[in-house]
Amino acid sequence: MKTKKSGKKQWELRLYVAGQTDRAVTAFANLKKICEEHLAGQYSIEVIDLLKNPKLARGDQIVAIPTLVRKLPEPVRKIIGDLSNTQRVLVGLDLRERT
Amino acid sequence: MAPQKRKDSILSGLKKCPTGIKGLDEITEGGLPRGRPTLICGSAGCGKTLLAMEFITRGITEFNEPGVFMAFEENADELAVNVASLGIDVKELIRQKKLAVDYVHIERSEIEETGEYDLEGLFVRLGNMIDSIGAKRVVLDTIEALFAGLPNEAILRAELRRLFRWLKTKKVTAIITGEQGDKHLTRHGLEEYVSDCVIFLDHRLINQVATRRLRVIKYRGSKHGTNEYPTLIDETGLSVMPISSLGLTYPVSAVRVSTGIPRLDTMFGGKGYFRGTSVLVSGTAGSGKTSVVTAFADSICGKGGKCLYLSFEESPDQIIRNMGSIGFDLGKWVKKGLMKFRSVRPTMFGLETHLVSIHKLVEDFQPTAVVVDPVTNLSSIGDTDEVKAMMMRIIDFLKNKQITAVFTSLSSGSSDFEQSEVGISSLMDTWILLRNIETDGERNRLLYILKSRGMAHSNQVREFVLSDNGIALQDVYIGSGTVLTGSARMAQEAKDRSQEFLDNQTSEHRQLELRQQHLAIDAQIAVLKAQSEGIQKEMKRLSANGRQKNEMLHQQKEDISRIRKAD
Repeated sequence: MKTKKSGKKQWELRLYVAGQTDRAVTAFANLKKICEEHLAGQYSIEVIDLLKNPKLARGDQIVAIPTLVRKLPEPVRKIIGDLSNTQRVLVGLDLRERT
Repeated sequence: MAPQKRKDSILSGLKKCPTGIKGLDEITEGGLPRGRPTLICGSAGCGKTLLAMEFITRGITEFNEPGVFMAFEENADELAVNVASLGIDVKELIRQKKLAVDYVHIERSEIEETGEYDLEGLFVRLGNMIDSIGAKRVVLDTIEALFAGLPNEAILRAELRRLFRWLKTKKVTAIITGEQGDKHLTRHGLEEYVSDCVIFLDHRLINQVATRRLRVIKYRGSKHGTNEYPTLIDETGLSVMPISSLGLTYPVSAVRVSTGIPRLDTMFGGKGYFRGTSVLVSGTAGSGKTSVVTAFADSICGKGGKCLYLSFEESPDQIIRNMGSIGFDLGKWVKKGLMKFRSVRPTMFGLETHLVSIHKLVEDFQPTAVVVDPVTNLSSIGDTDEVKAMMMRIIDFLKNKQITAVFTSLSSGSSDFEQSEVGISSLMDTWILLRNIETDGERNRLLYILKSRGMAHSNQVREFVLSDNGIALQDVYIGSGTVLTGSARMAQEAKDRSQEFLDNQTSEHRQLELRQQHLAIDAQIAVLKAQSEGIQKEMKRLSANGRQKNEMLHQQKEDISRIRKAD
């Protein structure tokens, strides 16, 4: 379940999910939408299903599901939840100033 | 068969999972509830993590049950270093696939929350570890750290509830640690979710001395000790002292053990103390308490027994040197491993800690006799009631093990001699009292038996004499209504001897006199006898003369008449 977008990959994002749950699907859809709107052509999304690769949870200290990890640009940031609140996702990705 | 089996398991009640921690399994009557989570709570530094880690590592080494340690506060390396001091090699256990450690860390500042989520990530990590090593035991230390990392408390609570339920379905015995809170047992009320077994660890300061305690607050479906139990953390880990749960049901023995002082044995009906009883030797400073107990310790070791000497006053070397001066060579028993000293100041740690360390020493060394010298020094770290409670625990514990215990007690010179300072006299089976008496410019030691349960014992006061050759008990001088000791006794005895000598002389003299008188009388008798014999002879001679005279007269008459030719 890897999805890659061509172009300048300045943004490296990882979405951790545990199985194809509704919430995972919602989160992925929300993420896709936000990326297309704000980061078109300069991002890559890697979706990691922990049910298939449980060991990967340790590396990024994943506790909550779903978790979006911004690997690049640094610093690493994490956004938890189904990404339904676009404003907060943008804040979390440092695409918008905190208010 | 199947229904029968089920019935059995219901009747046998809750299955237990032994922790392997000294004392804890006794209090909980077998261990933690198997397959269920247990909450361990307490303030910072009370030993929660240590207890949890021991539960896991002892599970591996003693019960061959692999374990998972999920740490929220320390990472795996820190954890390994922290428990390495207890001789636990975390890395090796991990290599053997007996232990899995995971460090869960959430940095609040890194996290943005948007919308719904759950803690499936945690479940996945935990589940993966449990499955990979076939873990039977799980520790979550301290899961409450999640409350600091994740902003949504409602989600967190719901997920924790789900987590503990899930742990039960995994059939693992789990320990959840939690920091002590203000209103609840734990800061975030974890006891709400983990309700099968709750253990509380306490670490408090009394008189600047730290004391650790453990209490089982609840244990669903099982009996358990309800008291606060003293707890000790040392180089071998955590140990709990279950001793206050002991009752007055210890076995008794009719076997006697020598006191090490022959004449003192005589005073105890010729045989000494009962084995497994408690003996108190009390007296003022310098009255020879240590000497009396040393004699006992020496005699125990001399018969091949083992003696544990707990000193609260002197160092081992000092005791060995001092007792050498009265002819006891304790050093050789130490070398042979029959005698073990433990010298600590009472203020080193709290009463409970002393209690637990004594308990441990006794368990490890397995002595036949224990000497505590002096027990009164403990009163400097606790009030009389506490010391008494502690003594009671020690005595019950030792009695259960059939160990003869001898305690010395320092009584202050001014107070009543028969008032032992820590009020422990009623706990003692035998009480020997030593007294110093000062007369004629010298101090002398007296010894007598105040009580000795269950045996005929002497009611006599003996003088207690220490010399290069050891201890001797002497009769005191009793005569003309006074009791004398020391040089006064010797002087009086000398006086008595000379008086006796004089008396003897006088009577001999008198005898001689009488004999002489007797002889004189005999002599007189002889003289008188001779006189009377003389008189008798004279009388005989006289009467013979008379007859001769008469005959002569008659002859003369006849002669005259013949001459005259008369008819």
